[in-house]
Amino acid sequence: MNILVFVESDEGKIKKSSQEAVAFGAAMGGTVTAIALGSIESAELENLGRFGATKVLHASDDRLSQGVIKAYTSVIAQAMEKIGADVLVLANSSLGNPVSAHISVKLDASLVSNVTELPDTSGGAFTVKRSIYTGKAFANVTLGKDKKILAIKKNAIDIKETDGKATVEKFDATLSDADFNVKITKTDKAEGDVLLPEAEIVVSGGRGMKGPENWNIIEDLAKALGAATGCSKPVSDMDWRPHHEHVGQTGVKVSPQLYVAVGISGAIQHLAGVNSSKYIVVINKDPEAPFFKAADYGVVGDAFEVVPKLTEAIKATK
Amino acid sequence: MKILVCITHVPDTTSRIAFTDNNTKFDTNGVQFIIGPYDDYALARAVELKEAQGGSVTVLNVGGAETEPTIRKALAIGADDAIRVNADPVDSLFVARQIAAVAEGKGYDLILMGRESIDFNGGMVHGMVGEILGIPALSPVMQLDVDGGKAKIAREIEGGKEYLELDMPFVAGCQEPIAEWKIPNMRGIMSARTKPLEVVEPASDEKGTQLKGFELPPPKGEIKMFEPDQVEELVKALKNEAKVL
Repeated sequence: MNILVFVESDEGKIKKSSQEAVAFGAAMGGTVTAIALGSIESAELENLGRFGATKVLHASDDRLSQGVIKAYTSVIAQAMEKIGADVLVLANSSLGNPVSAHISVKLDASLVSNVTELPDTSGGAFTVKRSIYTGKAFANVTLGKDKKILAIKKNAIDIKETDGKATVEKFDATLSDADFNVKITKTDKAEGDVLLPEAEIVVSGGRGMKGPENWNIIEDLAKALGAATGCSKPVSDMDWRPHHEHVGQTGVKVSPQLYVAVGISGAIQHLAGVNSSKYIVVINKDPEAPFFKAADYGVVGDAFEVVPKLTEAIKATK
Repeated sequence: MKILVCITHVPDTTSRIAFTDNNTKFDTNGVQFIIGPYDDYALARAVELKEAQGGSVTVLNVGGAETEPTIRKALAIGADDAIRVNADPVDSLFVARQIAAVAEGKGYDLILMGRESIDFNGGMVHGMVGEILGIPALSPVMQLDVDGGKAKIAREIEGGKEYLELDMPFVAGCQEPIAEWKIPNMRGIMSARTKPLEVVEPASDEKGTQLKGFELPPPKGEIKMFEPDQVEELVKALKNEAKVL
């Protein structure tokens, strides 16, 4: 099996979710070539060997420093054809998802997103498990076309690093002006923070935090844990926190190793965004909060008292 | 301006998810169906644009006759007419092919839909429709303004937003806060009954995937509770038991 993996970078570093995509490709048992676009250091690309890539194609055209969907579609489709890829693997993301949808039509490939496990290829079929109903169930689906595209969900695989080193090869794709007819005029992005969908640990606050001025309590705990911060829908609706931090049915869906919910009652719409988390800790002063039913660990208590203590206790273990 | 809004007919967000027929069919027993919440944002924005700039809003749904009450609700909210492609929406590519076939050559300036359906969450149909029709597709769009033949949009990315400018026509997968949901008023509900709803047969039966069956996640184990003065114990459990620290 010839596998191409599209890897994304953030601030010059390959994203954790893309490292997982490479590891996923390698675990499928084929030859893994990665494709990276834009400006990324060679050392960072060679490092993809640690996750199972043999070779990295690097399309370094300056215009690709921005994630222009059509241009990315062109480059990745050309890379698939060049290496004769049977399967394209990538991480679910705001760039990966649209790009995979375009490529699936362009190259006549079967596409499945939110993949949570390695494919089952027994008996000549190619079946994958995907998350549906916002994490409340799974579907097993068979991909019928010769070419296949898998957009994988965070933590679909445990990464096992080796000491491999990938060879980096320059990839000159043919790009036309039409590939750039949608202009990105500005990007507003929180810098230096752990990105919410990428995070292994997420600390979220709800209405129980009483106001945006108290968010330092959430941020301190997140910092001690190396976590990203999130919030419930009412909190983003009231503009206490930006929309990209809203975790839930109509916001970001996360699947971290650990999700810590502070002062969030656990409406079913919020749970839909976090139910793929491996472990959930709930801190709430109301013992009847429905979130406790979905949690692994719980503390009934005042967030303003419990959270700073928890932050100190975590710092003490480091 | 001519706008096509594609809507899904999906279980309410509070629905209990269960399956029948040896885990091959969704159990609709006691489930209330709604316009997909993201599609509802797309529809609301389409109606706002029509009210501000003139034009028409057509609603499209791929589904069986059971989706007609949902389509009528969209008409009550302010769409002018509707098309139902008479087929089960079995797969992203299948749905994208139907939407593209309906839209082809009709001169829609905008094709709007939700960022994803809340049943299958694929989030792929808008991109596929864009590629089939050879026009841009953007998602998730949280701001959409139109002036002349040009549009300015904001798209959510990890950790922030991206602002874009492009020419119409294009496809957009929408999400909050692109518009406020609209609640149909009595006049809307009355007029929706007589608005045209055309039923067409599927134009293609091409699919990318085949469903084998469903599974529910394993039940959650017992919760372990700690007193507010036992946070050290909680940290120990996270470290030694869950092994996440």
